[in-house]
Parts: sequence; structure tokens; C-alpha cells
Amino acid sequence: MSSTIQTVSLGNCKPGFSGTIEGFTTSTDRETNGRIDQMREMGFAEGLSVEVLHQNPFGKDPIAVRVGVMTIALRRKEATLVQVQAT
Amino acid sequence: MNERQSPAGVSSQPVVAVVGNPNCGKSALFNALTGLRQKVANYPGATVERRSGELSSSTNLTLVDLPGAYSLTARSMDEEVTRQVVTGTHDIEAKPEVILSVLDATNLAQHLRFVLELRELGTPMVVALNMSDLAARERITIDVDLLSRKLGLPVVETVAVRKKGLDTLKEELVKAILAPPPAKMDFGTNVKDRQKAARKIATAATISEGIGHRTTRQLDAVLLNAIAGPIILFGILFLMFQAVFSWAETPTGLLEAGIGLTQSFFVDALPSGLLLSFLNDGILAGVGAVVVFLPQILILFLFILVLESTGYMARAAFIMDRLMASVGLNGRAFIPLLSSFACAVPGIMAARSIANERDRLTTILIAPLMTCSARLPVYTVIISAFIPNQVVTGGIGLQGLVMFTLYIAGILAALVVAAVLKRTVAKGQADTFLLELPKYQSPNIRFVLIGLYERARVFLRRAGTIILVSTVILWLLAIYPTAPIGATEPDIAYSFVGIIGSALEVVFAPIGFNWEISVALVPGMAAREVAVAALGTVYSLSGSEEMIEAGLVSVLNSAWSLPTALSFLAWFIFAPQCLSTIAVTRRETGGWKWPAFMVAYLFVLAYGASFVTYQVASYLLS
Repeated sequence: MSSTIQTVSLGNCKPGFSGTIEGFTTSTDRETNGRIDQMREMGFAEGLSVEVLHQNPFGKDPIAVRVGVMTIALRRKEATLVQVQAT
Repeated sequence: MNERQSPAGVSSQPVVAVVGNPNCGKSALFNALTGLRQKVANYPGATVERRSGELSSSTNLTLVDLPGAYSLTARSMDEEVTRQVVTGTHDIEAKPEVILSVLDATNLAQHLRFVLELRELGTPMVVALNMSDLAARERITIDVDLLSRKLGLPVVETVAVRKKGLDTLKEELVKAILAPPPAKMDFGTNVKDRQKAARKIATAATISEGIGHRTTRQLDAVLLNAIAGPIILFGILFLMFQAVFSWAETPTGLLEAGIGLTQSFFVDALPSGLLLSFLNDGILAGVGAVVVFLPQILILFLFILVLESTGYMARAAFIMDRLMASVGLNGRAFIPLLSSFACAVPGIMAARSIANERDRLTTILIAPLMTCSARLPVYTVIISAFIPNQVVTGGIGLQGLVMFTLYIAGILAALVVAAVLKRTVAKGQADTFLLELPKYQSPNIRFVLIGLYERARVFLRRAGTIILVSTVILWLLAIYPTAPIGATEPDIAYSFVGIIGSALEVVFAPIGFNWEISVALVPGMAAREVAVAALGTVYSLSGSEEMIEAGLVSVLNSAWSLPTALSFLAWFIFAPQCLSTIAVTRRETGGWKWPAFMVAYLFVLAYGASFVTYQVASYLLS
């Protein structure tokens, strides 16, 4: 089992993907860490279920993601900061 | 009527700050507690609205509704105000006696994190566990006593839209005034630790998870669908513009008739002379010309408030983000730009929600390019005078097509200007798009009505102050000095306005404007549509405004060449005038630099567009 479980970046996921948040990119960059804090404040957290619900009709970016009970819209660039595991 | 009064001086009653995440039902709860006993003002020098209200209970309290925030790390101007007020570092607002922290019961873990951060401040706190009407149907059950013990804070369950739990909440707020600071508890000091603690408490206090929010999911499956989503959005926008122009016809007509009747009444009741001219040509013609737009503005705001209140606006921002990103802005900028079709003033104020300072500035600077409702009378008169009323193809009229082209020209110009600004004066990394898509709710009628009332009040006050004063000044300039005896030209030609017009004509001759048009542009500064009334006066017509418009069409048709008319239309796409827009830009950007820049760039574009239009049209028609 464990060999098939893969951690991927949320930024590369297509609508229909569902999984669990594993963690966030570790970074030494202040701006990136600030962004991660902001995403935590909005509702991203380890262990929460995620599901990519929609993507922008005109270019697949931004995406709308269900995080726990919330729906959050974000661009793929920020979504790459979130590591997820498919379920 | 004390809007401008410094917030600190409003009352000496104990102040309760209402704090919570965006979309937690904070405003609904605030409205339920205060009703129409609320005041909206601006913090002096800042651009964030201060919404406060009286709460009558055994002890009278003042409630201040602070902008929604996810944490005390401010990421926009709105959130910065919230941070300053609750930490007691705000310049004017005193530190509140009590914090009322609002939680959405359906998203407990997420909202609790902020409560844990707030309780560190040591201010007495009351927690309102709020349910939206739809959330109440999810049958979520939370152990309020356990939650209260775990947090060490009083917790009251409320359903704002059904006014449930409000009395208990009031009692708790009064008790909290004299309460000691919350007992020290260790929930960690960073986002991650508090997130964990919040989750633990939420899990312990939740008895039943509820059935989840299926409605939102199902609606989003359609409204954010790759094909249906954009079609529905553009359908809603189409309906909105349709409504602004058709629904408003009757009330606008009634207002115009009312103003006309008042003018006739004055004509009958007063001897002709200065007083009559002042009342009729000055006040009623000037201020009245603006007031007749009230129905259109209210209809547009009705749409915007309903879209906001249902949660659809965030979806619109999501769909538009891609397009906005192509010019260096993000989806959030779509909302203020949409308001600007009614009037740039509320649009510019709505830009406050944009976190990034450069993005906000760019949005403010392009807002006047959205064709505001004040330009409609100008377009209508010129189009009826010069564009033949014929069908092009498939039932589409040529006049309507020209009108549509003018709107599109404004939008395209805005996109191009935004792209240029983001590469030059507002250069810098564009802010990203990160937005919660709230659960759909049936529109909160109370929220919508209070919003409309507020808009109407602000609009009429503006008409009664800025526009009144500028109209009076322009009227004075138009009647003095009086014409010499035996004058051959209309009186106005000898007045200051006439003198100014002749001077301006030198500047405007290359774009085909005669002195009459040049003159009309001056009163057009007060409000764009006044240019129509001014042209009427200049061409020595008299009578009600309706007659001026009907008569003006034929007068213009013979007085102007087609190139001049087209040039005039091109000018009004950019129309670098309207004092209110300039004034609000000064207030929102905190100085004269950006309004000056805005006027300059709009003037250059207007002049350039008119020049090209006039010269090309003259060449083609010669």
C-alpha cells in the first residue's frame, strides 16, 4: 500500500482530485512563508480533506478547492505550496 | 448627520468591537442588533468605513462593526484598521471595552483560531456562535457549555436572520464591560499551534457534524461550470444593464416631471429675475439633472447588493480573474469596476477591498473609463441627432450599436490603460488571487435594504453639497457680467463662461469643438450630464429639460458637422471631468498627485481620441 501513496502538489491537480493535506512547502523565503501563514489563516491545515472542484473556464487557473467545509479560490502558483496526498 | 464627526466624539458609551472572519455572518448579526440605528462614516484620513450603531439594553452600548479579518496580521487596509482598533493603537478609535467575536457555527475550527488569537489581547470577550439561515438547516449541534469552558469565555448561540439569541447576547455584553480580562490559557503563539488547538476544541465541542452544505456544491456545479458559468455571468450582467436602463425609465420620468413642475411653479409664482434664474437655471437644472439618476443608481446597487449578499460576487471574481490577470490585476478588481458603470464614486470606494496598494491604485485610475450613467444623456442626445435610426442587420439598430460600441470602447481602453499602468507607474508584483467562496445564502433583505438606503442617502447628500455648490458657482459665472445693451450674441457669450469658452476654443479647435461645446465642458465638470443642459442654455433654448433635449437634437443637427459630433462622442468615452470623481480619488489616494495624474491622462486620451476621430472623419467626408 504505502508504495502507491504519493505526495503531489495541489497546484498540479485537476478538477475531480480529492485527497488530504500533508503539509506545506518548506521555505526560507519570507514572502513564501507569509503566504503560507495567510493560507493557514484562511483555512488550509494539515490533515484536512481537499478536493479540486473547479478551474477557471478561460485558462484553468485559478482553481476552486474545497478545504474541510470551506471553498477557497486560489491561483495555481499558490496552490503549489500545498502538498497533498490522493485518497 | 454626524458622519464627519470624529468617531471618538460620537459617544462616551462603552464600545463593543464586532470582530470576525469574512463570511462569518458578522454583518448580519450587526444589522440584527442595531437595525437602522447605525451610522456609516469614514475614519478621517483613512479610507475605511466606520460602521457603528447603538444597542439599547439595560446599559446603552455603541457597537462598532470592524472589517472582516482572518487574523491580526493585516493584509489589506481593511484588516489593518481591525488590527489597530482591537490592539488599541488606532489614532482615533479608542480601544474597545469589549470584543464581540463572531463565529460561523458551520466552520468552527477555522473561526476558533482567530478567537484564540484575539483572547491573547486581554480584552473582555463575548463569543457569538452564529448560524446563517442555511447553516441552521444543516442540523449542526455544538455543545455551547463545553465550548465556553474550553475557551474560558462566554458563548452565546445566535441565528442573526431570525433574531434568535440576541437578548442573551446583549446581557452578556453588558456583563462583560465590568468583567476581568480572560484568564491566561496557553494555546500557542503561532498560526500552526493555534490552528491545532482550535481544531481540538472544535472536535470536542461538536456533537453532530450536520449534513454538509450540499446546496452550495450543487449550485457551484452549474454556476462555475466551464461552459455554463461564463454564460450565466454575462447573462446576469446583461440583465443588470437592461434593468438599469429600462426599469429606471418610469421613476426617472417622474422625477424629471416633478422637477419640471417645480420649475413651472416658480415661473408662475416668482417675478422673472435673478431669484427665479437662480432657483430654476441654477439649482433645479443643475442639482435636478443629477438627482434624476437616483433610480438608475439604486437599481444597479440593488443588483450588486443582492449578488454580494447571496455569495455570487466571489464567484464572479473567480470567473473574471483570468481576464483581469492578463492586464496585471486580479479578480477582486472586477467588483469595483462593475459598480463604476453606475457611478465611478462608489466604484472607487469599493476598491478598498483590494489588498495590494498598486492594484488598488490601478483600479481607481481606470474606474472613470467604465461608462457611468451620467454619460448616458450625453450619448443619447448626440446619437439621436446624428446617427440615423436605421436597422443594420437582424433587428439590431444602428443607434443601439453605436451606444454599445461606446461602452465597449470604454472597457477596452480601461484594460489597455491598466496594462500600461501596471508596467509603469503602478509597477510591481501583482497581488495574487486568494478568496473564500462563501456558502450561498438567500439574499438578506435587511442587508440589501440598509445598503440601498445608505447609498441613496450618500448620493443625495453629495447632490446637496458638492454639486449644489459647483452649480451655483457656474450659474454665477454664466450670468455675469451681463450683456451690453444692443448685444448681438446671446447673453451668455459676454459672461465669464463665454469668455472662458472663447479662450478654450483655441485649445479645442483642432478636435472640432466650437466655443459653445468648449463652454459646455466647463459646467460638465460638476457632473457630465450637465453638459447637455449647458449646451441647451448656450444654444439659447428655454423650457423644461424634456423640451431642451427634443429641441437640442434638431439644433445640434444643423449647428454641428458630423465629424464634430463623432469627436464629441469620442471625448465623452474618456471625459476627464466630473469633480466628484476627482474629489473621491483625492480622498482615497490621500493627496492631489493621483487625481492630477488621472485628469491628465484622461485629458490626453480624450483629446487624442477626439483629434483622430475628427481629422479622420473630416478627411473621409470631404
